[in-house]
Order: sequence, then C-alpha cells, then structure tokens
Amino acid sequence: MNEQITYMAGQVTAGKMTRREFMGKAAALGVSAAVASTMFADAARAAGPKKGGDLKFGLQGGESTNSLDPATYASSVPFQNGKQFGDQLVEVAPDGSIEPRLAESVEGSADAKVWTFKLRQGVEFHNGKTMTSEDVLKTMQRHSNEDSKSGALGIMKGIESMKADGDNFQVTLSEPNADLPYLMADYHLIIQPDGGMDNPGAGIGTGPYKVEVDEPGVRHLFTKYENHWNSDFGNFDSVEVVVINDATARTAALQSGQVHAINRVEPKVADLLGRAPNLTVHSTAGRGHYVFIMHCDTAPFDNNELRTALKYAINRTELVDKVLRGYGSIGNDMPINAAYPLFDETIEQREFSVEKAAEHYKKSGHDGSPIILRVADGAFPGAVDAAALFQQTATQAGIPLEIKREPNDGYWSEVWNVQPFCASYWGGRPVQDQMYSTAYLSTADWNDTRFKVQAFDDLLFAARAELDAEKRKKIYSQMGRMVRDEGGLICPMFNDFVEGVSNQLDGWESDPTQEMMNGNMSRKMWFV
Amino acid sequence: MHPIIKLVSQRLALGILLLFGASALIFGLTEALPGDAAQAVLGQSATPEALANLREEMGLDRPALTRYFEWLGGIVQGDLGQSLTNKLDIAESIGKRLGNTLFLACVAAIVSVPLAIFLGLLAVRYRNRWPDKLISAVTLTTVSIPEFLIGYVVIYYISVKLGWFSSLAMINDSMSFWQKLNAIALPAFVLTLVVLAQMMRMTRAAILNLMQSAYIETAELKGLSTFQVIARHAFPNAISPIVNVVMLNLAYLVVGVVVVEVVFVYPGMGQYLVDAVTKRDVPVVLACGVVFAAVYIGLNMVADIVSILANPRLRHPK
Repeated sequence: MNEQITYMAGQVTAGKMTRREFMGKAAALGVSAAVASTMFADAARAAGPKKGGDLKFGLQGGESTNSLDPATYASSVPFQNGKQFGDQLVEVAPDGSIEPRLAESVEGSADAKVWTFKLRQGVEFHNGKTMTSEDVLKTMQRHSNEDSKSGALGIMKGIESMKADGDNFQVTLSEPNADLPYLMADYHLIIQPDGGMDNPGAGIGTGPYKVEVDEPGVRHLFTKYENHWNSDFGNFDSVEVVVINDATARTAALQSGQVHAINRVEPKVADLLGRAPNLTVHSTAGRGHYVFIMHCDTAPFDNNELRTALKYAINRTELVDKVLRGYGSIGNDMPINAAYPLFDETIEQREFSVEKAAEHYKKSGHDGSPIILRVADGAFPGAVDAAALFQQTATQAGIPLEIKREPNDGYWSEVWNVQPFCASYWGGRPVQDQMYSTAYLSTADWNDTRFKVQAFDDLLFAARAELDAEKRKKIYSQMGRMVRDEGGLICPMFNDFVEGVSNQLDGWESDPTQEMMNGNMSRKMWFV
Repeated sequence: MHPIIKLVSQRLALGILLLFGASALIFGLTEALPGDAAQAVLGQSATPEALANLREEMGLDRPALTRYFEWLGGIVQGDLGQSLTNKLDIAESIGKRLGNTLFLACVAAIVSVPLAIFLGLLAVRYRNRWPDKLISAVTLTTVSIPEFLIGYVVIYYISVKLGWFSSLAMINDSMSFWQKLNAIALPAFVLTLVVLAQMMRMTRAAILNLMQSAYIETAELKGLSTFQVIARHAFPNAISPIVNVVMLNLAYLVVGVVVVEVVFVYPGMGQYLVDAVTKRDVPVVLACGVVFAAVYIGLNMVADIVSILANPRLRHPK
C-alpha cells in the first residue's frame, strides 16, 4: 500500500493528479487524512523542487507611493519586489555566511582594505544586455554618490574608491572592514544596467523574474525570466505581490486560499491561524528588536544611574508574553542577539528587579518629576501596551514614569531621534559591525541613543580590522557589555518574523536576515 | 434670461469657486502637517544628506505659494503633474483608481437606489405593519454597525467559510466585466447595506409627509388603490428630498469608502489618498482632494438643479 501511495504522490508532483484526488484515493485505501498528508509531503519532498505554478503573496508594507527604484526601498513590498527582479553581488545565507550571487567570489586583502569581487560571466539583464563590471561600478556609484537619496548611502560611506577592472569589481576602503561583503549584500544594492543612472524605476535587473505589472500600492506581477543565470532559482511561472495592509484581510486571504503566503501575522491570531489545516505559521527568530531609547546626553537621561534604574524596572518576560504572545525572545539592553554571528552567549542576562531599580533610582538623585516616555503604535505593534506595562513595573520601583501618546503619523520625523525618551524599532543588520556603526558609533547619523563613547568607537574600528574571528568575538563581547551597562538602549525584546504559508508550498527554510526567507521564497520554494 | 438658466448657471459658478477654495484649503492643511514628503519617504532611514538631496529633487526647497500656483497653473491646463514620491503620472494613476471607485460606486448604486426607493414605498404601503417594521429594523441595524465589522463578518462567512466569493476585491484590466463584477460582489454588498437605510428612511418620511395632503385625500376618494396613490400622486412630489439624499449617498459611495476599500483590498481612490497623505505627497493629495470635491460639489449641484427643475413655480414663471 505504501508503494501505491508513493506512486500516487509521484503522479501529483508530476501534475497528473490533483492533491484532492490523492487525498480521496488515499482515504479509499484506508489511510487517515493526517497520515496521507505526511506521506504525501514526504513523497513530494523526495521528488525535489518542482517547476511551475503562479505564486501569490499577500503582504503588508506597500503604498501607492512606492517606486521600483532600489534606492528608495524602505518597506516590505518594495523589498520583496527588488528580490524578484534583481540580484545583489552577494547575499547573506540563512546560516549567516556570504553566498555568491552576481559575484562568484569575494576576496579581501590581508589588511581588509581592498576587496575584489570576481563577477559572474554571461549574466543577462532583462533588457537583453550582458552585465559588465561597468554596470556594477555605476550601480555602486549611484548609491554612494553624495547627491544620492539611497537608503544604502550610510553604509557606502567608508568607501575610498571603486573600480571596474575587466571581470572584477574592486572596492578600496579608507579604514579596514572585515565585513565589507555583508555591506554589499544590502538589498538596496541591486545591480542595474548602467547602474540605473538613466531610469532606476524601470525595474530592469538580473533576477529570476521580470516585471510585468507595476501598480504601486495594489499589486506587482513578475513572470519567469528564461535567461536567468541560475536555473535552480525561481521555480514559479509567475510571482504576484498583492498589497494587503489590513491584517484581518491578509489573514482571510490566506485562509480562503487567495494568496499562498502572508507576512506579519499578528501574534494574537497566530495560534488560531496555525490550527487551520491547509497552512502553516512559521515563526523565525530575527534580529529586529522593539526598544525604548533614552538620549544619553539629555537630562535626566544623562545620568547612568537613572538609565540603569529604568533598565531594571522593565519586565522583559512579561512583555514577550503579553505583547509578542511568545513570538519573540527577551533582549538584554543591547541590539545584538544570538541571531548574529560572533555573539557572546556568556554575557549575563539582565533580570527584572524592583529592588535594584529602586536602589539605582535612589542613587541617581532624580528629583521625582515625571519621566516622560513618548510612544505610538507606529513605533512597533503593541508599543502603547508595552509602555503601559513598563509604567506599572516602574511605579512599583517608585519611578514616576509618565506615558505620552503620540500620533503614528509623523512619528519617525517628530518623535524618534528628536525626543529624549521614546519607543522605537530596529530591523537589525546582518552583522554586529553594521548594527553598531549604524546606531552606536559617535558619528552615526542614526545614533538615536546619543551614545558617544570614544573607547567604544576605538573597539569598533579595531574589530573591523581584525580578521581573526575569535579575537573579534571578544571585542564584540566587550562592546555589547558597554552598550548594555552604559548605553541609552532599553531592549526588552526581539521580535520574530511570523508568517503564514500555504501547505501547497514546500521548501521553507528559516532565515533570520529578513522576513519571508529574506525575500527568497519565490526563488527557493515550489508547489508540491 | 429664463430664471431656471440663471439659477443653474449661478449654481455652476458657485461650484467652480468652491472647488478653488477647496484646493487652497487642502494645500494649506497638507503644508501644516508635520514633516514633508522627503522625510516621510525616507522614514527612519532619513540622513541629513539624503533628506536634502531628496528635497531638492522633489522641488520642496521652493516656497509653498510658488508650488501651489504652479500646480494650479498645471491643473487649469489639465495637467495634474507627477507624484513626488514615485514619479508616476498622477492623471494616469488617478484615472485607473477613479475608474475603479466609480465602478464599485455604480454597482452599489444600481443595486441600492432602486432597492431603497422600492423598500421605502413598500414601507409606506404597509405603514406600521410588520413589513414596514421589518424593513426599518433590518436597515437600521446594518447602518448602525460599523462597515469594517460588516465587512469582516461577510468575509468570514461568505469568503472563508463558504468560499463563494473572493475576499480580495482586486480588479485589473485583464479581467472581463463579469469577473470584475464577481470580484466586487462583497464590497458592493456591504456598501449597499451601509447606504440603504438612509435613502429608504428618507423616501418613507417624504412620502408619509405628503400623504397628509389634501390632494392625496382627493386621490383616495377617487377610489385609487393605495399603491397607485403613492406611485402616481405622492412620489413625484417627493422627488426633491429623495434626490437630495440619494445624491448625498452617491457622493459617500465615491468619497467615503476608504474603510471598505481597505478591508476588501480594493484599488480605489481612498487608499491612494490615504497613502499620499501619510507620505505628504502634496500633488497627489491635491489631485485626489479636487476630484473628491468635484464629485461632492457636482452631485450636490445635480440635486439642487433637480429640485429647481422639479419646482413647478420655477418651470412656469408668471
């Protein structure tokens, strides 16, 4: 009977029988639905990736103001779009290593200052042109240009010069940086013909799917590009990204089978949704963290005793349970967690303690005037609730925390990085260096905690120049402790990416870099 | 000049004036919002350099008045300009979206207006008996429930549980008319429920009001059936208030359906406007605002003109 089932599963994978027929026939053979389903999945997996089918995503995070220009990507839908039609030089693999894409290999000089990317040959853009090192150079120039509005501008700053050299693309840095390949994996840095200098929003790239329909805020349709350089990527005939910003509508669309995968499943419905028979809820531990930030240079937060008091006064476990409903993990007042390479597990976890909070608060000599925390749910989902819980535990320790609710609209321009104490969200970065350089280096544009410590900066530069992983790990551990003990970051929790995926799809893998398998679902998954 | 032509042209001129006023008001309000398009686009990733570059590229470094009059100059020539954020042609984007919104509004109106009037007449015919009470109870219930809740309930039962219609009302050019109709079945249904009550109540009230008149009594004494009395004698005289409330509801179907559009993921004007406001994309906000204002003013004007035409004293001046 087993053989019979396997044979029939093969028929289904070959497209000669529908899944429904299969389940019916399996039932006729006396196999229970659950067992048949498992056997079917096994048989299908054994058959390996199958080509064909139209994949549909229902995603939150798209607006009618979106553009296909990679420089402008700031939300989920544009990010996914870029992953369909474009490739970067390299990609961060799910295990945190560097995976070649348009560059076949990367080599750094001994001092980590000069980096050479050997480019793949015979890669074709969707307009039929073959990719050259000139295209790569121009792309990088467009994103690193001082006149650029690119989201990648910040990470391109350390570059002294770049050159196209035959089949190679070479980057010379002003300061050594062992993590440069990770910077080049940034999702903004999609290689475009002529660097996208003429028409960046045309959506011409080298990706497995080419742009068919571009209706910002509504839907984006991509069809298989036959001349893609890697036939392993892209198993579908077409990929459609449908913008569904309303959480309930998104869930309903997945449940009724109108889309095959959705992002941002609300933690409060994730358990219920997971019970549906035709889909799976995946929760992936990521690097994104929900935080409260204090400006270290503004009174009363310029007092480390007060900062420490507040850090002790927050109940992390309670927040993870109640705000994230368990879809996340507790933080340790630093922006780094185990999802990062070179994370030091031995740094002791700070625990909630009313006594210690009260003790540090007393030591701080604060005058007892209300400490104002500004929040909006736009900072992170559940921020207002989290602040209310924080207020309760702080009050127990005698800290007069007061919550001021701000509108979502304009939050990132009026409150975040402006007000001295507010809720915020960080998406995380692929490596520790990038996370710290973005927000904790004294000169960083987004140093939203105003953490300016020379010794910390020195350690950061030392780590960049260090190619020995063990030594770097030690340095990062030291830096983590500094932020944790002296910084202005209260990081109670890291959120998971919670996604709903139809059981019609197979090939899921956990990827902590970004949501929806770091945008690679359409490349790596297939219809069973 | 014939008084009707005079009244109508006065009404038209007032409408155009109102439109200009509305555009100035919308511009002023978007300017007063915190932040600008450059900041909204870059969001959390706004570095000072990127911000300055983007502002220059969008032309936001120029004074507000200059930008407003440039826009006004363009719109008089029929040019709505380009979106600040994604450089797409606004007229083209709005054209598509307005088409979608009007399609949904039309379908909802074609169902709801005759239904409302019919139910209104029925309620009058069976005044204070069970059909009247049932109609009132049902329509008042649906109008009192927030439309997003009706939307979710409808999605849950009709789409997820029964699988009859799609919960995504996404329509596109490659669909046939019937496919489109099928796709918007649920939002059209919800909208019908939402606007039905008001129109039905108004029809009922207006006709009941007339039923006290002397000429109705005459008609009754002539021996006409109740339905004939209502249809032939009462209804024509109640047209003016009914048209008024119908027009208001039609305007609502075009400009007030944001919530329904969001719930059913319908690519209409509402979502476009909301996105533009959050991104401070002023040209798009203005364009949407003017279109909405035009719809509102236009439909109200139609209602007024119909009232004028329906008034025998104006049609036959002494």
